Amino acid sequence: MEKLVNDFSFGLFFWQMLIFIGLIFLLKKFAWKPILDSVNEREEGIRNALLSAENARKEMANLQADNERILQEARMERDAMLKEARELKEKMISEAKSEAQAAAQKETEKAKAAIASEKNAAMAELKTQVSSLSLEIAEKLLKDELSNKEAQVKLVEKMLGDTKLN
Amino acid sequence: MVFSNKTFKFIIAAFLVCLSFTGFANPTQDTIQTPTQTTAATAHDAHGEEAASHETHGEPTDLKSKIEAYKMHHVLDAHDFTLFSDEAEGKHYGFPLPIILWDNGLQIFSSSKFNHGESVAESNGNYYRIGHDEKIYKVDGPTGELTGDHHHPTNVKPLDLSITKSVLVMFVVAFIMVWVFTGLAKSYAKNGGISAGFGRLFEPIVLYIRDEIAIPNIGEKHYKKYMSYLLTVFFFVWFLNIFGLTPLGINVTGNIAVTAGLAIITALITNFTANKTYWGHIFWMPGVPTPMKIILAPIELLGVIIKPFSLMIRLYANIFAGHVVLMSLIALIFLFKSWIGGSLSFLLSFALSTIEILVALLQAYIFTMLSALYFGSANEEHHHDEAHH
Repeated sequence: MEKLVNDFSFGLFFWQMLIFIGLIFLLKKFAWKPILDSVNEREEGIRNALLSAENARKEMANLQADNERILQEARMERDAMLKEARELKEKMISEAKSEAQAAAQKETEKAKAAIASEKNAAMAELKTQVSSLSLEIAEKLLKDELSNKEAQVKLVEKMLGDTKLN
Repeated sequence: MVFSNKTFKFIIAAFLVCLSFTGFANPTQDTIQTPTQTTAATAHDAHGEEAASHETHGEPTDLKSKIEAYKMHHVLDAHDFTLFSDEAEGKHYGFPLPIILWDNGLQIFSSSKFNHGESVAESNGNYYRIGHDEKIYKVDGPTGELTGDHHHPTNVKPLDLSITKSVLVMFVVAFIMVWVFTGLAKSYAKNGGISAGFGRLFEPIVLYIRDEIAIPNIGEKHYKKYMSYLLTVFFFVWFLNIFGLTPLGINVTGNIAVTAGLAIITALITNFTANKTYWGHIFWMPGVPTPMKIILAPIELLGVIIKPFSLMIRLYANIFAGHVVLMSLIALIFLFKSWIGGSLSFLLSFALSTIEILVALLQAYIFTMLSALYFGSANEEHHHDEAHH
């Protein structure tokens, strides 16, 4: 200990402190700060570059997934459209068919109705003719009765027989 | 930050190899040639620092004592920068450093006036002499001698603020750090956010200190304000440790004043940025019975001083001991004076200096790590309630 105290030189201590403290401040301003700043900046840059690369990779994957999805959607849409078209076609065909059927039925009905009315008219005409015929017969009978009684009866009988046949 | 692993290893290996050559080549060569009569002289020639001066002060001149004295001088600070010296001619090769004293006003003169401790220096009518402990003492006149024993003279010591060898090296390291790290800082802007140039070598270390030392110990929330200190102290200690391993004979971090300064700054930062929880733990430990709280308070308070004290001693002792052991092993080469002993010591000192390179890094790491740990404890969040209730 005594040797240590004896060896201690104040001059050296003084200069050492002066040089060392000066050196700390000098290097702090002109060396350590710029060095550490640059190193930090570089490390930050590397970190950012890695991060952006990772992001780009993710975005790429997303984009690919999007593409896949869009393609899938398009495919589905196409399928749906085709299906719809097919359905529409079938519907149109069936509609046309049923329409045609309905029209034909209508025509037949109309024809039937026409036939029926014609028939009725014919019947009515027949009836009037029959009645007029009957009247004529009756007239002729009446006329004959007045002239020939025998003939008259004969005629009536004949007429009646005719009518029966009729 | 990528550089080839192979190249890096190669650079390290090449550095290690070169270090041993520059550091120990001369002594090994000398042992091989064995010029016995000059071995002692070349010992000082290779690492020499004012070895010649001891003789003039009547020091023992045998080899062992010379080595002892040499070691003593090496681990101390010096007032001039001697690269090597020639003992036979008493010549020193190097350069003087400025002496700055506060003694009734500022006294500034060159350390060459001391003539490596042999003469008295005069400045504005005041006379000074350097003692064996490398401290400057005031003497009476141009022929004044130091009183008392060699290592603890009783003369008056003026306030010594000289630019000594260690101060010079610290200035050099500070300039190198400013140059390297401002270069690194500028390279980012020039190179689009990527480091370039020589400073690039240190970028992984900066990141290591941030990610492995600061963030785990202090926490994401507070670590930023301590980064400047942690980075500065790590590189300052590491560079100084490495400089200490060069053959220039530098020992800065193995100097108690330097480590004390570093430890004091760590302690100041710890205590000035501490939050309520930290002080609560010191003065009124939560979760223990009241009598224990009273007993714990002084112990914890002592811990506030012991923590930086251990930082100071750890760094100082490791580097100081490393230098002393390394020099002792190198000195063995001159003591053995034989082929086998010389090469053995050479191998040992080579192995040790390799370990010292590791220690240089490790001590810087430990100092930074423990500082971060103390800062972390000063910023701990209040979470003990959940643990105790």
